[in-house]
Amino acid sequence: MENHRNDGGSKLGMWLFLLSEILLFGGLFILYSVYRFQNPQIFHLAAEALNRPLGVLNTLVLLTSSLTMALSIFFLKKGSPGRSLLFLASTLFLGILFLFNKYLEWTWKVQLGIYPDAPRLLERERGEVLFYGLYYSMTGLHGLHVLVGLGILSVMLFFILKNKINHNHSVPLENTGLYWHLVDIVWIFLFPLFYLIT
Amino acid sequence: MSSFYEDEGRFRGILGWIFSTDHKRIGLLYLLAIFAFSAVGVLLGFLMRLELMAPGPTIMRPQTYNAIFTLHGVIMIFLFVIPGIPAIFGNFFLPIQVGARDVAFPRINLLSWWIYMAGAGLAVLSLFTGGGPVDTGWTFYVPYSLRTPVNVPLAVFAVFILGFSSILTGINFVTTTHQLRAPGMTWFRLPLFVWAIYATAWVQILATPVVGITLLLTLMERLAGVGIFDPLKGGDPILYQHLFWIYSHPAVYIMILPAMGIISEIIPVFAQRTIFGYKAIAFSSLAIAVVGSFVWGHHMFVSGQSDLASIIFSLLTFLVAVPSGVKVFNWVSTLYKGSIEVSPPLLFALTFIFLFSIGGLTGLFQGALATNVHLHDTYWVVGHFHYVIFGGTGFAIFGALHYWFPKMFGRRVGKKIPYLAWALLFVGFNTLYFPMLILGWEGMPRRYYDYLPQFHSLHLVSTVGSWILIAGLILMFGHLIYSLFRGEKERLENPWGGATLEWQIPSPPPRENFAEIPRVERGPYEFR
Repeated sequence: MENHRNDGGSKLGMWLFLLSEILLFGGLFILYSVYRFQNPQIFHLAAEALNRPLGVLNTLVLLTSSLTMALSIFFLKKGSPGRSLLFLASTLFLGILFLFNKYLEWTWKVQLGIYPDAPRLLERERGEVLFYGLYYSMTGLHGLHVLVGLGILSVMLFFILKNKINHNHSVPLENTGLYWHLVDIVWIFLFPLFYLIT
Repeated sequence: MSSFYEDEGRFRGILGWIFSTDHKRIGLLYLLAIFAFSAVGVLLGFLMRLELMAPGPTIMRPQTYNAIFTLHGVIMIFLFVIPGIPAIFGNFFLPIQVGARDVAFPRINLLSWWIYMAGAGLAVLSLFTGGGPVDTGWTFYVPYSLRTPVNVPLAVFAVFILGFSSILTGINFVTTTHQLRAPGMTWFRLPLFVWAIYATAWVQILATPVVGITLLLTLMERLAGVGIFDPLKGGDPILYQHLFWIYSHPAVYIMILPAMGIISEIIPVFAQRTIFGYKAIAFSSLAIAVVGSFVWGHHMFVSGQSDLASIIFSLLTFLVAVPSGVKVFNWVSTLYKGSIEVSPPLLFALTFIFLFSIGGLTGLFQGALATNVHLHDTYWVVGHFHYVIFGGTGFAIFGALHYWFPKMFGRRVGKKIPYLAWALLFVGFNTLYFPMLILGWEGMPRRYYDYLPQFHSLHLVSTVGSWILIAGLILMFGHLIYSLFRGEKERLENPWGGATLEWQIPSPPPRENFAEIPRVERGPYEFR
């Protein structure tokens, strides 16, 4: 069997996959818009109760990780896999840091008795139940994507170490970068919607 | 040159199939799985018709009936008609028709078959675990699906997994069409089947994730009680319906567009005449895909959405009928002054036009706001849907099976039995489904286990129709299976005189389709 390789095709396929990801999150953003429209006041008050400094920190962490991701690709294409590895490892570290912060944030909320189906949450107004339902669903699905991203980043790390991807064959890392930027962009929308617009 | 059946690759025997990345083998893997599931779906439909043969309990209890109509819908829609044509014939013929050796991502193609099988396996598992078979109807509408004790979580998860498979197939086909066309295969030299699969693939990529997230949220609702769709917790069930139909209406175009592609292949070949209005047909596929994505609200005219929304959705629904009409007129015009040979494939294609027209025109009644109030949730809708999807997609699949059989299997199909099977299918189909239109018009609600005595005679006629139809199915598939093993060997590359690329290579095709990638110098329907 011939070994077919088609870099343009791989890129196109990745963009198509990202489109489907956008629509996956799109469904949740529609739900958010409708429920926010129906409960503006309650959403306003609930958003103030979220941990804004931690949200800002996580935004910085994720934005920086996008930069290190881009640098990793840049150096791989330039033919210096060492630096590429370094920046890739930084991306991985920042991703883990993001999830750790998320874990802290969720834990504090759970300790306050605010989680889906919690008796103390159900005593509150219906709009607030919806707000936290959306909060957990959307940041949860996003967190899941970060987690999957970490897995892919680790595989890429391994591939660069084994010289399976290099300056001649960098498309897998570029596609990983595209995915990572998508995860970043989703957060760029989640952050103001949940933490800032009050 | 040896065919793709002989070349085994890395593994031998059955492993050489289930781990093969050859698009033709994957197409046949899908064929086997999909027709096996459709047989189960037919059996369930048969049981439903038996139950409805007479008023009152006939052969089963109400709860069993609810489970059976749900399973019939879930199996037929998610396991048969949605993957059907793209996964079987798209996989087998799209790469050949664009002049490629395989799809753009052969391994992802194999993965999508495995994911399909996993989803199907989970769907089967959901019958025997948790609270037993789902009884919500194939739409899983909340709030009922949140309250019913049956195994909704596993069933919706299975459908979510199946959606994943559909998206991967779509990505593969769009990329293949963009990247792997042979030299000289310009966009307007693509066979119309490729155009149809291409348009469908976009719908698969863009619409499926929306139902994915909807089902995921339903799952979370059941497992964690998130509350987004639960009216007790402030959620809005109408939003569930919106999100569900944002996918599930375009999904009916996933079901019918590829079928239209098949008809556009068969008709010019058996009229030996260039297709009339090539560009109109190609662009109408895209138009259906685009406009069809904005008509979902016509499922919700009586659900409590705003009147303004209903009016807009009704208008768009009428608009989406236009490109379908364009296709029908073009097919009929292609036949004009052609040298028509009514072989079984053409017979099925003509039947498609007839039955699909009935299906399409009855759809307009539902799209009109006032009549919809009367027809909503009645047997009219069941009749309409089966005319479009069975009369349309089903008969197109039958046509495709007879048309491509010599190419896929290297054997010929007999000359007489397909006509007899067609007659049984045609008579049985109309006897089964036409009474449903009348029943619905007279007010018989769908999904009911029991009915008033005045509906008895039409239900009886319908049930008798199901027997004739099934006799036709058994005869047709029995004959095809017989031909598979005992049929005359097909030695010709091009038994029908087709002009698309699959007819320029041996039957069955060799492992990598083309010894040398062809240089395309003419259109797909230039016969002389």
